[in-house]
Amino acid sequence: MALALRRKLHESVVYIDRDSAPRIIPSGEDFLLEDLPVGTRVIYPKPPIKGLPNREAAIRYAINHPLDCDPLYAQLEPGMRVTIALDDISLPLPPMATPDVRQTVLEILLDMLASHGVTDIHIIIANSLHRKMTPAEMKRMVGAKIFDEFYPDRYYNHDAEDPDGLVFIGETQHKEPLRINRRAAESDLLIYVNINLVPMDGGHKSVAVGLCDYESLRAHHEPQTIRDSDSYFDPQRSALNHKVTRLGKLVDRTLNVFHIETALNNRMYTGQMDFLLKNEDDFTSFDRMKFEAVRFAMSKMPRAAKRKLLHSIPAQYEMIACYAGRTEPVHEKILQKNFEQYSIPINGQCDILITGIPHISPYNVNSILNPLLVQVMGLGYFHNMYRGKPLLKKGGVLILHHPCYDEFDHEFHPSYIEFFNRLLPETRDAFTLREKYEREFAENPSYIQMYRRGHAYHGAHPFFMWYWGENGRQHVGRVIVAGAENAHVPEILGWERADNLQEAIAMARSYMGRSAEITMLHQPLIAVCEVE
Amino acid sequence: MRAAAFYDLEGTLVRTNLVHTLGFYARNQPGLWRSFKKSAATLLSIPLFAITDQYSRQVFNTLFFKRYRGETEDRLRFFADELFEKVLKPAVYPGAFELIAKSRQLGLRQVVVTGALDISVAPLMKYLGIDDYVANHLEFVNGVATGRLLPPVLASATKASWIREYAEREGINLNDSYAYSDSISDLPMLSVVGHPAAVNPDFRLRQTALHHHWPILDLR
Repeated sequence: MALALRRKLHESVVYIDRDSAPRIIPSGEDFLLEDLPVGTRVIYPKPPIKGLPNREAAIRYAINHPLDCDPLYAQLEPGMRVTIALDDISLPLPPMATPDVRQTVLEILLDMLASHGVTDIHIIIANSLHRKMTPAEMKRMVGAKIFDEFYPDRYYNHDAEDPDGLVFIGETQHKEPLRINRRAAESDLLIYVNINLVPMDGGHKSVAVGLCDYESLRAHHEPQTIRDSDSYFDPQRSALNHKVTRLGKLVDRTLNVFHIETALNNRMYTGQMDFLLKNEDDFTSFDRMKFEAVRFAMSKMPRAAKRKLLHSIPAQYEMIACYAGRTEPVHEKILQKNFEQYSIPINGQCDILITGIPHISPYNVNSILNPLLVQVMGLGYFHNMYRGKPLLKKGGVLILHHPCYDEFDHEFHPSYIEFFNRLLPETRDAFTLREKYEREFAENPSYIQMYRRGHAYHGAHPFFMWYWGENGRQHVGRVIVAGAENAHVPEILGWERADNLQEAIAMARSYMGRSAEITMLHQPLIAVCEVE
Repeated sequence: MRAAAFYDLEGTLVRTNLVHTLGFYARNQPGLWRSFKKSAATLLSIPLFAITDQYSRQVFNTLFFKRYRGETEDRLRFFADELFEKVLKPAVYPGAFELIAKSRQLGLRQVVVTGALDISVAPLMKYLGIDDYVANHLEFVNGVATGRLLPPVLASATKASWIREYAEREGINLNDSYAYSDSISDLPMLSVVGHPAAVNPDFRLRQTALHHHWPILDLR
């Protein structure tokens, strides 16, 4: 039995045996050690693909050998108007160690532009309805030299609510409108510098979503599109991706876009935190010591300090590919690399899926993972990490491990607070919420001002977060949140609560039977499960 | 049913406060000596104004508007346009225009409820495109200010009462309405609407806004 269980089908899939070590589960800002039932399947991140030894050379090569278009230098003329758009702080996660790959690309680009007599250059962060990045974050992303030269007049955040800063460029044959950043639209050349962390990033999404306004976004960020996306990590079967592609084709017909896409490996942590990515059965004494030291230190710290500490640990990602040229062929190449890094073959679905919810999501960098974001991580991102079939059987039980604290960031997420406390107690139906309240929030003058002049997510953003979990909600039978420190947050989200993981597993087994198949996602994890 | 956006003025839409207006009038007295005397008196009174404002807005008003005693109505009106051009217009927060424009797009009636003097704010209201406003009125006897305000004196709870009466009279739904203020003294005004927001708030209002999960705006 033990031997059979230990037989590895894939290096990232491990089965729990009678003598297996307990597993580390992140739960918010804490790391717990939990014994899992024998037979539980644990999915680990794939080993990182080796990074390119000279990323500057790889970027230069990509720019000089683009796909389906002329090299960049051949497109440049003195006096032309160029806009460079960048992905915002939601990518990659956690923010990577400096120099950020965007800084490297920018340094090469700006040198090339200057040597061709191009001086009218603006750098725009394609934050769409995300919060605007702070000056410190902007500086970290591009380095002090570029920041000092361009900020704030020529290096700034996109403003989706600036009536003078947007221009309507048309609509698709399905009547989806597209209004995008005026400077980008009216430039002779738009260069987009992307980081493709997961397969739902990049491609046409970069310009058509990153630089658009609320009206354009609501055409595809809506519950039915999300329900029809099976899953958003599978571009071929994602209705969201299909709609964005239609808009992207419209962009390609209207604008001259030179796309530079990069793919990163999944070397999230090295050094003192590398044990988080390891199989616990393979821990050395030093790994155990490091984990215990971290756990002890964290147990003595208040939550805000733990949060601050965790957000200050940068990821050690390495660039594994860079392509440039026209959006579609470039994105296709990068997606191949993404799948090579993340694709894990999985033998069969499970009845109970367990996942810890770590401290970070794309929407709370340097901030709090509030209850809506816990929801988006569990039912949105982690549920959607598949191609073909979901990891969890239809009607199965999803166990999340998180304290579910009732904490929100007033500066970054003001509209989330009203959404959570006022709307969710009334209804959790995504269609009703969209019909009845989305526009009210989107047009709330206070939220618009906080988005434009501060660092708040747009008033409509909590709705998108709720829709993001829509196919997860439709698929999952029950959600049990283990370790929830209160009853009201799980209740508002429509979830059950358990004091700890053992209790949650017992509850789940009472619904799914004693022989229920259990799988755990070993966080931090980015993967695309190819379920047979 | 219609809705409205109610704004406090000073500190909320403009960076000036009542003392700036008083200072402007003090500087523009007939005669150099009188201007100097009035300006010095205003300057020396600032600590007292600050302390009384912390204690009670009503007490502050009683003390503060006494400084207008002896001013003639025609003189105050004569200088109102200059006050607007030189003091108030440059002091409008950049974000105030956007906030008002967005509110107007929603079809909200734009209403300013301020403790400042009606004479001094009239040109500013026109400039900001405010539909209705209510301000304090000085009492004049034979065209000379007595240093008292005509009731009802707009401050704290009376602002809220005025808003309630206004809503009833104009058919405004307060649940769908918005209110913006920078000061804890306007807590009653913020509490009567469905969508209150703190704008460039003082410490106490910031804490209250955080406690009640109200949006906190910075229009500066």
